[in-house]
Amino acid sequence: MSDAPAHSVAFVRKTEIPAKAPPVAETGVLKWIKENLFSGPFNTIMTILGLLVIYYLLSGLIPWIVNGTWEGADIRECREILQGSGGGCFAVISDRWPQLLFGFQYPDYLRWRPTLAFLLLFLAVPPALFVMFLPRWTLIATAIYPFVAYWLIWGGTILAPLMSAVALIGGYMVFKTVEKGGFVKGLAAGIVSAFLILWIGGFISTAGANVLALEPVESRAMGGFMLNMILGTVCVSLSIPLGILLALGRQSKLPIVKGFCVVFIEFIRGVPLITLLFVANVVLAYFLPPQANFDLIIRVIIMITMFSAAYIAEVIRGGLAALPKGQYEAADSLGLDYPQAMRLIILPQALKISIPGIVNVAVGLFKDTTLVSVISMFDLVGMIRGPILSSTDWVGVYWELWAAACILFFIVCYGISQYSQWLERQLRTDHR
Amino acid sequence: MNKSVLLGALAATVGTAGIAYAQGSTTLAAVQERGSLNCGVTTGVPGFAEPDGDGVWQGFDVAVCRAVAAAVLGDPTAVTFVPTTGKTRFTALASGEIDMLARNTTWTFSRDTDLKFDFVGVNYYDGQGFMVPADLGVSSATELDGATVCIQTGTTTELNLADYFRVNGMSYEPVPIETGAEAVQQYLAGACDVYTTDRSALAAQRAGFETPGDHVILPEVVSKEPLGPLVRHGDSEWGDIVRWTLNALISAEELGVTQSNVEEMAAAPGDNPEINRMLGTEGELGAMVGLSADAFKNAIAAVGNYGEVFDQNIGESTAIGLARGLNAQYYDGGLIYSPPFR
Amino acid sequence: MTTAADPPSAEGFRLGQLINDTRYRSYTFQAIALLALIFGFSWLAYNASQNEQLQANGFSYDFLFAPAGYDINQQPIPYTSQDTHLRATVIGAINTIIVAFLACVTATIFGVIAGVLRLSNNWIISKLMAIYVEMFRNIPVLIWIIIIFTVAANTFPPISEFRIPRDGSDPERTLLFGMFAATNQGVFVPRLVFEGLGWLVAVTFLASIAGVFGWRAHARNKLYSEGTVVPVLWPSLAILFVPTIVVYFVLGMPVSLESPEMGRFRFEGGFLLRPSLIALWFALSIYTGAFIAENVRAGILAISKGQTEAAAALGLRPGRIMSLVVLPQALRVIIPPLISQYLNITKNTSLAIAVGYMDLTGTLGGITLNQTGRALECILLLMLFYLTFSLAISAIMNVYNNSVKLKER
Repeated sequence: MSDAPAHSVAFVRKTEIPAKAPPVAETGVLKWIKENLFSGPFNTIMTILGLLVIYYLLSGLIPWIVNGTWEGADIRECREILQGSGGGCFAVISDRWPQLLFGFQYPDYLRWRPTLAFLLLFLAVPPALFVMFLPRWTLIATAIYPFVAYWLIWGGTILAPLMSAVALIGGYMVFKTVEKGGFVKGLAAGIVSAFLILWIGGFISTAGANVLALEPVESRAMGGFMLNMILGTVCVSLSIPLGILLALGRQSKLPIVKGFCVVFIEFIRGVPLITLLFVANVVLAYFLPPQANFDLIIRVIIMITMFSAAYIAEVIRGGLAALPKGQYEAADSLGLDYPQAMRLIILPQALKISIPGIVNVAVGLFKDTTLVSVISMFDLVGMIRGPILSSTDWVGVYWELWAAACILFFIVCYGISQYSQWLERQLRTDHR
Repeated sequence: MNKSVLLGALAATVGTAGIAYAQGSTTLAAVQERGSLNCGVTTGVPGFAEPDGDGVWQGFDVAVCRAVAAAVLGDPTAVTFVPTTGKTRFTALASGEIDMLARNTTWTFSRDTDLKFDFVGVNYYDGQGFMVPADLGVSSATELDGATVCIQTGTTTELNLADYFRVNGMSYEPVPIETGAEAVQQYLAGACDVYTTDRSALAAQRAGFETPGDHVILPEVVSKEPLGPLVRHGDSEWGDIVRWTLNALISAEELGVTQSNVEEMAAAPGDNPEINRMLGTEGELGAMVGLSADAFKNAIAAVGNYGEVFDQNIGESTAIGLARGLNAQYYDGGLIYSPPFR
Repeated sequence: MTTAADPPSAEGFRLGQLINDTRYRSYTFQAIALLALIFGFSWLAYNASQNEQLQANGFSYDFLFAPAGYDINQQPIPYTSQDTHLRATVIGAINTIIVAFLACVTATIFGVIAGVLRLSNNWIISKLMAIYVEMFRNIPVLIWIIIIFTVAANTFPPISEFRIPRDGSDPERTLLFGMFAATNQGVFVPRLVFEGLGWLVAVTFLASIAGVFGWRAHARNKLYSEGTVVPVLWPSLAILFVPTIVVYFVLGMPVSLESPEMGRFRFEGGFLLRPSLIALWFALSIYTGAFIAENVRAGILAISKGQTEAAAALGLRPGRIMSLVVLPQALRVIIPPLISQYLNITKNTSLAIAVGYMDLTGTLGGITLNQTGRALECILLLMLFYLTFSLAISAIMNVYNNSVKLKER
């Protein structure tokens, strides 16, 4: 049929009518509002309620923030400046900010050291977090970091962390050499030689106590948010290998090993962290050598590490259980022995699927480090509850301090959990 | 494999960092070996033990720690202060984490015997009291039937309180709070009508209020609270050192030895043989407890005599403003009395 | 040792076989593990035996039977300061259970509401719920507990405003409906007082509740087996209230409501919800509610869209799709993480110590420990209690989980 007949009839339209704009209510913002906010009576009520809640929250928050003052040396000056305007007395934060971050005992002229260690964290952690995108050699930064951070935060001679590093590298090399004769022999030889080097290194670092020495700072001087960060990172890092061992032990066919792991995991998961901290605080000292002067912070690290190891073990056990049985059988059929099968086939896959779970445990643990305030350690919460709120200068300034604590924790935890969700999406191999 | 290397490294560093072995079997030897005294104090009671703005511990109990450090090590700054709570103080001492406890601790029978500690003396005679807002219209503790009472837990306070109200046939609502600072917050917010603790602490904390005049401390003293430093049972040598350091501070006030004149008096033997013996210019008193001859002189030079310590930290010229009362020397009608240095 | 007991194999036993031969290797490892364990524990025990203080004090639970000497504010069972430490411990345990139970119930309610609403089409509501969930999940629960406790002490009206002024004039504030008062010393509510046979009324009411469930089951059976629709709502209400009211009047009104009355310092009578309980209860529910909301959301999202579409094709309304099709299936996904959230609540109740709620940690792990100085004994017992609670909860919840689990035949 011809499109354009020569004797076209006048009333037959030849061209398509341009589409009319949809009704106002069915387009753009209005449509969106109608569909998303007022699609029915129930929805409308909810929207209005939601708006009321938002209004209520903002009407309280905005004047508090906008009218607040950052000036003033104590609560009385602050009140004078505010003149009852309902603003917040944020001067407490500017006044006590270093204490909130570092506690009250860390020497103020040395604060650049933990700050530097914190900044270096951003160099050291990405290689481990984004291991699939960055070249593998960047992991060296991650491997070096603990030693550098230790040296920066605690001070003392660089030989102490250096010797620990040498011991580990030495142990690893011995392990690699002997491993050809069997994994177990290699492991034993590696551990023995690492301890040997550590023992010799102890003498060397004692002798060279002034080699590249920073001013030493005692463990009990750690405080504030720095203490939360130290406890969080150290305990999570230590508990991952321990958790892997516990998970493998729980899966093992050896009844003694399995029994011990099951009892340990279930016991730790069955009691609150606070009771474990009480153990660290009041009981553990009885069971350690009387002359060994274990600081409270070391005892707390021991207990929190055990705590998170039990939880991480359960996450990894989930990962191990999720692997198809064929993977184990395939490893067996290749003639791999247990350590080889675990190292080469099973663990890489199981750990990969457990990473989001481990990150969740890590976030939970980081939040739980605030519990140390109950056993008279001055972490961020301990600093606020104790020295700051009890000082005569700032008695009664709760909201500003707690808001600061909330913001600090929120930034870190939200950041990590967003990373975990991103990772989960990256690791998802099915297509939904 | 890299990851496990990293983690192992971390484990090793923390391990090497934390374990510092102190040799020696007696407390004295351990302290000298370590070069510092581990002294348990509170987590913060104004006037008694409190870190100042620079993080340096100050206070009445802190002075006892510094005096002992000066006597044993010759250096009043060689003290590691370990903040303890009511819950942790005894285990910290029992387990050897601290060498002595100077923390507003009441000398009681069961603590001395059942818990196996030795109280070496009393540095402050206290008693439990009550503080109420003035506008509550209460003038005596016997009018407190039915009141809500804030208590700091972990002290003898709650037992005394229970006894006092039971004996007087009154009821009350206890609000237990972990730290003194939080108890004060609750009290100031009106969440309890009465705040009870040792009267010295009441006075100290009231001094920090915005309007101290709005609060009254009731006249009743419901308990005896002899507060003193304590050490582990069984190491009498160490106990003697702490005991006689405290006594030296007390005797120094009695004998007129002060922080300013002690060096002068110790330079040469004077007329008073007891001063000479105490300051080490005569006799071998220091050597008898295993210390140098000038040990007690160092202690007095470091913190001053008992009266000076009192006046600087909690006396009437300070914000806390406590009168000497029971804590005056015996010749002024108080209970402070040191056995002779002979 | 196990290895030594094994007879050498016929070819002659070589020491190397202990490691290289798979028949013996597991024994070797077990023996090493056992040795390491024994060595570890004996090292700990040796250290403890070296501690003079611990040796002198001994290890004994005799202190549990000595008078406690301190008072407890919230007493679910009668207690005076002359009762034993054991009774104080039991009260602590009951208080732990009370707050854990209350928090589990409200956390579930918060969680389900927030989880469902977060998936709502309403943009404002879903964003508000997202903010709620992220805010509470990412800030430590200890901070929430302290904040809510501070709110309770500082924003509720001071109790002094309810007191009758000394000049006899009217107080600034009075009871709401003559029964309720929210003050900074706690929330005062009326209390039910049972006199004489009053307990019969309560029993009747409980029986009526059981009766309602019975009637609903009956109605469902009728519907499924005969296809007849039996009315549910009105008979249920009747079963619920009529017998109770009849018994109440027949027995001569033995149950009355006791309202709080102002005394010299505070309200006497009635029932007091203390700020410590409110702070702990509310903080735990709202914090754990955020986690449960995420579990609920994940559970709902796990239900294939086909299920919703099929239900819609059958003509069910959205509310019914949710309650009859999606939620029952989602429940299977939700329950296992829910169990661990309940366990977390139970364990987190130990943070009561931060606000002075007299739970197990406050009595046994707090004042009793402080007063007796028996740290080792108290903490061991404390852990044992929590372990029992945790195991009991997971046992009960696992039974329930098995009953709703998809039965594969």
